[in-house]
Amino acid sequence: MIQILKYVLRDVLRARFVLFYTLFLLLSTSLLLQLDSDPDKAVMSLLNIVLLVVPLVSIIFTTIHYFNSYEFILLLMAQPIDRRSVFLSQYLGVALSLCAAFAVGVGVPALLFGVASKMGLMILVGMASTIVFVSLAFLSTSFTRDKAKGIGIALLFWFYFSLIYDGILLWVVYSFSDYPMETATLVLSSLNPIDLARITMLLSLDASALMGYTGAFFKNFFGSGLGISFTAAMMLMWMFWPVQVSLRRFKKNDL
Amino acid sequence: MKSFVLAVVCLISLQAAARQFTLEGKSLASAINQAAIGDTIIIPFGHYRFGNVVLDKSISIIGKDMPVLDGENKFELFTVTAKNVFLSGLHLINSAFSSSVDYAAIKALHADGLTVTNCIIENSFFGIHLSGTDQVKISDNKINCHRPPESNIGNAIHLWKCNQALITNNFVSGHRDGIYFEFVTQSIIENNHSEKNQRYGLHFMFSHENQYLNNQFIDNGAGVAVMYSHTVTMKNNLFAKNWGAASYGLLLKDIRDSEVEFNRFVSNTMGLYMEGSSRIKFISNEFKSNGYAARVQASCDDNVFERNNFQGNTFDVATNGSMVLNTLGKNYWDKYEGYDLNKDGWGDIAYHPVSLYSMVVERVPASILLWRSFMVFLLDRAEKNIPSITPQNLMDTQPAMKPYDLSAKSK
Repeated sequence: MIQILKYVLRDVLRARFVLFYTLFLLLSTSLLLQLDSDPDKAVMSLLNIVLLVVPLVSIIFTTIHYFNSYEFILLLMAQPIDRRSVFLSQYLGVALSLCAAFAVGVGVPALLFGVASKMGLMILVGMASTIVFVSLAFLSTSFTRDKAKGIGIALLFWFYFSLIYDGILLWVVYSFSDYPMETATLVLSSLNPIDLARITMLLSLDASALMGYTGAFFKNFFGSGLGISFTAAMMLMWMFWPVQVSLRRFKKNDL
Repeated sequence: MKSFVLAVVCLISLQAAARQFTLEGKSLASAINQAAIGDTIIIPFGHYRFGNVVLDKSISIIGKDMPVLDGENKFELFTVTAKNVFLSGLHLINSAFSSSVDYAAIKALHADGLTVTNCIIENSFFGIHLSGTDQVKISDNKINCHRPPESNIGNAIHLWKCNQALITNNFVSGHRDGIYFEFVTQSIIENNHSEKNQRYGLHFMFSHENQYLNNQFIDNGAGVAVMYSHTVTMKNNLFAKNWGAASYGLLLKDIRDSEVEFNRFVSNTMGLYMEGSSRIKFISNEFKSNGYAARVQASCDDNVFERNNFQGNTFDVATNGSMVLNTLGKNYWDKYEGYDLNKDGWGDIAYHPVSLYSMVVERVPASILLWRSFMVFLLDRAEKNIPSITPQNLMDTQPAMKPYDLSAKSK
């Protein structure tokens, strides 16, 4: 499996996309940190990259990569290797390289500008959402053998989690505004990995906005040990269940 | 020449009349009995239990090396009824607590010209309680209380029906209200530091023509609340870290014809909240890192916001109606995205400081959890271009392109 993982990593690097992605992150992070005298505002702008660009890049790149190495996977299948290790090495290869790209692209400028303590949480959250969307990409590839369709499903996932879900949630909260919606909002928003990432960052950036009654309720929950472990558990769940489902399908499907 | 000598002799004899003696024995009351008007009693260092001391003579009491006067949780320490009393250098502790009588460490009743300076007051019900007393001077005192939260407790400096008071350089904390005024006029409150009081750092009602300068109000239970007054001047004050659902940096209710200038509102849940207030000038204030910088209810009119800095606030301005009777101009908004083609330092397009989402959060507080979502960003952007829910006329037509340097304060 390690051997296959090495092949996958080499393949990913040869595609050069990950290098460009790292460069893009490096450039945009250092530009933001340089242009904004206030590091808090720069972190805020970076938050948009983490919440929008990182999931999009992760899910699209993973899907394309999977379909591009489809023939390689078929070749491996002809060898006496179990499907599980083929699948996992593909998954780990992409997830590791994207995570490393993000960590380097955001972490290095943060260290250079001396704001690493402020950005630490953001790097963690960014890496978590990278892994989640790599998992979701593998889920989308398990539905179809057609590349275009696969990318379509992946895009739909991204669109759903970053836009549609929040729209629905806002509509639900607004329609039931006569009822105490705190707990319901909390549960519903934890069903979206992007929302979880956003709320985690919100607590450290917009603390003053959250000091009203409702805000304090959320802050008390997400800021407590229970809340942090809940968020972490939900994030881990979002990393694992799509992989689990797609692994099962990968094992059974006729490739 | 003769008359000059006479005058000198007269002066010397007058000087001699004002005697100064050190307290001996254990009774301050008998010392006061023996003292004549204008005398000074010096209390040497020690721990005294005088019980309640009534000051009905115009004398001075000065502590040497901060003597401790203990009220044993049973007595009011000083009850001042004479005019021109001077108290200084005393350490007053443990006045009586009651839910029916306003006990205080120092209580003044119609004691005009009272001076309290360089005193430390600890664990008292009320710290300094003045009523019907004009021209007092309260300066350089430290008033502090360590009672548990929500317990029965009085105000640190409490004035009722006073005139021309001067309150400077005091440090007050742990009381119900730091500084409390009711029916107090023409007074100056300067360089005080009020923090961690259980209710308000500063609280006044029906108190006109007062000036509040260079004070700091930090981390008080509900911030600062001022009501039903006119001609109030607030300059160079700091309102900071007032966090909570009903906590405000500065709450103005029914205030009119006032000036709020060069103040700093930093890290409050709500920096400024105003309702029913008119003709107030907010000039050169700094609103930084607040949840809401300013909430201006629709019941306010003719207020002017000019040359203020709005930086790092989650929401800049919030309101509850579509009627706009206030003027905004020449402020700096860090969220402004316009341009300045003619390079005159002012943005060419108007800035609408009320965001759609602040109104959504107002209606449905739980929706704050969606703040900074891409969806919300799109909604806000759409609303900014075509205002339909937010008040269209609430805008700064001449926003500044650069923040003002407010560190060079003017008085």
